[in-house]
Amino acid sequence: MAATESLARNVVESGRRAAERSDTSAGTQERSATFRVWRGTGSSGQFRDYQTKVSEGMVVLDAIHRIQAEDATDLAVRWNCKAGKCGSCSAEINGMPRLMCMTRLSELDLDKAVTVEPMRAFPVVKDLVTDVSSNFRAKKRIRKFTPRPPDAPDGTWRMAQSDADRVQEFRKCIECFLCQDVCHVLRDHHLHEQFVGPRLLVHAAQLEMHPLDILDRTNELKESHGIGYCNITKCCTKVCPEHITITDNAIIPLKERVVDQHYDPLGKLVRLLRGRRSAGTPPEEAQ
Amino acid sequence: MPEYQRHEHDVLVIGAGGAGLRAAIEAAHAGVSVGLVCKSLLGKAHTVMAEGGVAAALANVDDRDNWKVHFADTMRGGQYLNNWRMAELHAREAPDRVRELEAWGTVFDRTPDGRILQRNFGGHKYPRLAHVGDRTGLEMIRTLQDYAIYQPIDVHMECTIVSLLKDGNRIAGALGYDRERGRFKLFAAKAVVLATGGIGRAFSVTSNSWEYTGDGHALAYNAGAALQDMEFVQFHPTGMVWPPSVRGILVTEGVRGEGGILVNREGRRFLFDDIPENYRSQTAADEEEGWRYTQGDKSARRPPELLTRDHVARAIVKEVREGRGSPHGGVFLDISWIRSKLSNAEEHIKKKLPSMYHQFKQLADIDITREPMEVGPTTHYVMGGVRVDGDTQMSSVPGLFAAGEVGAGLHGANRLGGNSLSDLLVFGMRAGKYAAEFAARQSSPRVDAQQADAIVREALEPFNRQSDGEGPYQVEHDLQGMMQELVGIVRREDEMRRALDALKALNERARKVSVTGNREYNPGWHTALDLRNLLTVSEIVARAALERKESRGGHFRDDFPAKDPAYGKFNILIRRGPNGEMQVTREPIPELREDLKRIIEENK
Ligand SMILES: Cc1cc2nc3c(=O)[nH]c(=O)nc-3n(C[C@H](O)[C@H](O)[C@H](O)COP(=O)(O)OP(=O)(O)OC[C@H]3O[C@@H](n4cnc5c(N)ncnc54)[C@H](O)[C@@H]3O)c2cc1C
Ligand code: SF4
Ligand code: SF4
Ligand code: FES
Repeated sequence: MAATESLARNVVESGRRAAERSDTSAGTQERSATFRVWRGTGSSGQFRDYQTKVSEGMVVLDAIHRIQAEDATDLAVRWNCKAGKCGSCSAEINGMPRLMCMTRLSELDLDKAVTVEPMRAFPVVKDLVTDVSSNFRAKKRIRKFTPRPPDAPDGTWRMAQSDADRVQEFRKCIECFLCQDVCHVLRDHHLHEQFVGPRLLVHAAQLEMHPLDILDRTNELKESHGIGYCNITKCCTKVCPEHITITDNAIIPLKERVVDQHYDPLGKLVRLLRGRRSAGTPPEEAQ
Repeated sequence: MPEYQRHEHDVLVIGAGGAGLRAAIEAAHAGVSVGLVCKSLLGKAHTVMAEGGVAAALANVDDRDNWKVHFADTMRGGQYLNNWRMAELHAREAPDRVRELEAWGTVFDRTPDGRILQRNFGGHKYPRLAHVGDRTGLEMIRTLQDYAIYQPIDVHMECTIVSLLKDGNRIAGALGYDRERGRFKLFAAKAVVLATGGIGRAFSVTSNSWEYTGDGHALAYNAGAALQDMEFVQFHPTGMVWPPSVRGILVTEGVRGEGGILVNREGRRFLFDDIPENYRSQTAADEEEGWRYTQGDKSARRPPELLTRDHVARAIVKEVREGRGSPHGGVFLDISWIRSKLSNAEEHIKKKLPSMYHQFKQLADIDITREPMEVGPTTHYVMGGVRVDGDTQMSSVPGLFAAGEVGAGLHGANRLGGNSLSDLLVFGMRAGKYAAEFAARQSSPRVDAQQADAIVREALEPFNRQSDGEGPYQVEHDLQGMMQELVGIVRREDEMRRALDALKALNERARKVSVTGNREYNPGWHTALDLRNLLTVSEIVARAALERKESRGGHFRDDFPAKDPAYGKFNILIRRGPNGEMQVTREPIPELREDLKRIIEENK
């Protein structure tokens, strides 16, 4: 017991240090900051400046809520979990696609106005809320999960953790659609109907590499999901709050499958540059 | 005359979390027409936040587990106020429901021989929670969502139901508005399944999202259904306490399941000092035994950190009240200490608790692999809800069903971790099945236009009031603070009487709140409407809590700190009386079936 008692005292010591550090880093005192928030519906709108008090530990979503409570009760914003888990609160903060609930004010320069605007690749419904329904429609076009027959007589399957790991990376996706927001194919060229976009390619990769799934979606990836439009700029990977390696682990292996079955000049080029990996090589080994 | 978009369904499911999605899927399988409405976008419901896992006696990790042990654990956790039929069905059916998820695409963590892995959780005798790291809820809701979108289900996203409709005694549908345009939608339905989740936003410190305004509880109450066990609110022992803006965000019990310990400012593992009698034989004698338990040693008993949530939460409150808390009014939760036990502790923690690692790193600048966290209780779950038939999930209103957190019965006085996700699957499925059967037997209900018009007029009132009136946010904020203080984790008669007075005043204020802007995506208006539900459920909680003059499970009375066996014989019911007053009654719990009694004895 004595050893663990001293262990517990160490816990307390380091806990106190951490607490003090967070107290002194910015203090609990409030200061004022300006938020330049997009207000408007449909295609018309403008930035409006709001001043509000901010304090240690606050995130952008907290500031938006304060503005809502104090100045602009009808300021439209989506959020649910406030813990980075639901992917509702996507917006562009100082021009960067981010989750409002996971962007701490201490990361931003509060001496300048902080701009908060809706995701620009989607039609604006109102203020910070956008119409993301195209993503839901696109998902329906991807053929659904279809497992092989159960492995055991009791109707269950066996799979190794390493096989699970591979798709668990993709299944972490919280459908925040920030990757869709930055992808130039959608953002600048508006090819929402021709190209499902990185989020849905992650979804397709998850299905294609699922240890139990038996469908082959290669043909439609090329023909109807428009994988050929992706030219591997990796912008999507950079903004993913779940740190999914969208381009390298999801899109490129899918492109390689397409190359195996069809001729796709861009995919072929990628393949040459990256050496001859066979389609579907587990991503861990690819790195 | 207000205008509506009209929709007609055999079964209307309100709520698209785990329970609602599972119900809609089952009803669609049965071949009836199904509508599904939710306040948020599909896939964003509260279920997405669940972390630790889903409880089911699969016996993949410990073959001594079976439905009987799970049943006995659930009853013990609920302090025997549970609807025992539901506890039985839940324990028996959860394994099939979990395996079915796998058939629909869920990728659970695996055992070495490739089966679904299970972890320890408070109150569960054996490792029982199937999980995916600490994002089990995301995996579950996505699986159900991605299955449901290929079923014939009409989904109405971002649509809020403001009232149920009735045709005489039976249910006739529901009325709501779409958030985007603010247009009203009238749903005629032969059966309605409520799957709206909980009431956590009635309190200021909560792990719950904006959606948890007790809508389903209030809708059912207003439609004449009985609510039960509403005094039992679960305060999860470990929410974040610092910085202030994240106060309440959940720290999963999985941290303790993986070996995390709770320590006060004096460095004591204070939970060893106060182990309740009915758990003594199952609790580790010392720290070493507790550690062995978390590492899968089957001969070891669980550490006191894994006692039930009500107990751990109160023990923390006591430490803080008696001046032994951490700097920001919590206690320390430490997982980093396992560095002294495991050489790869850092990777291990990141692998087992990835979202906790990121949550603390991003929101509090704390590296949990090196430093302890500061934690304290947070409002988490409501055991109480709509009283339903254990088999069919139908409420006391014909055609109105309830499943998931909005339903009551399974958890009794206290819910065990992991028993909610399994609840959603088991009873979501049952509600969908029986709602479909019910609908198939009914003719179309008659929807009363006057009833609908009156609901719409009332919903629009905040726009018509003087624009210099108070806004809804301040009233909501004051309500939350009041409930936290007066009807929170430790309760007293005089404080709750004060709460009832305060509620009267808040109701007055709420009746006068005004909103600005127009009907399109107007959160001020939405809050004004949610506020009515919050006030209703807050009063229900306070009245039920006043009636239970004892301490049991999630309900702790400072003035009656002991458990009273006489109160173990009934549930408290609340209904709307003929003149709109709240009627509080005591409903005797039916005698346990003999075989179930024996199971409980055998597992004592
Ligand atoms: C942080 C956290 C972690 C948790 N971890 C676990 C865990 O590890 N294991 C476990 O078993 N449990 C856990 N729980 C509890 C569990 O997640 C919830 O109890 C459960 O998800 C509730 O599911 P539900 O289907 O009843 O409701 P929800 O998932 O909350 O869904 C409610 C639905 O109803 C809709 N709705 C509400 N009101 C209306 C209205 N008026 N009109 C239209 N739609 C409406 C909402 O939009 C939503 O779609 C956790 C809870 C939290 C907060
Ligand atoms: S890598 Fe492809 S999908 Fe990602 S942003 Fe670039 S073009 Fe779009
Ligand atoms: S892949 Fe990442 S960025 Fe894209 S939707 Fe999913 S979580 Fe968001
Ligand atoms: S509110 Fe859920 S991710 Fe931000």
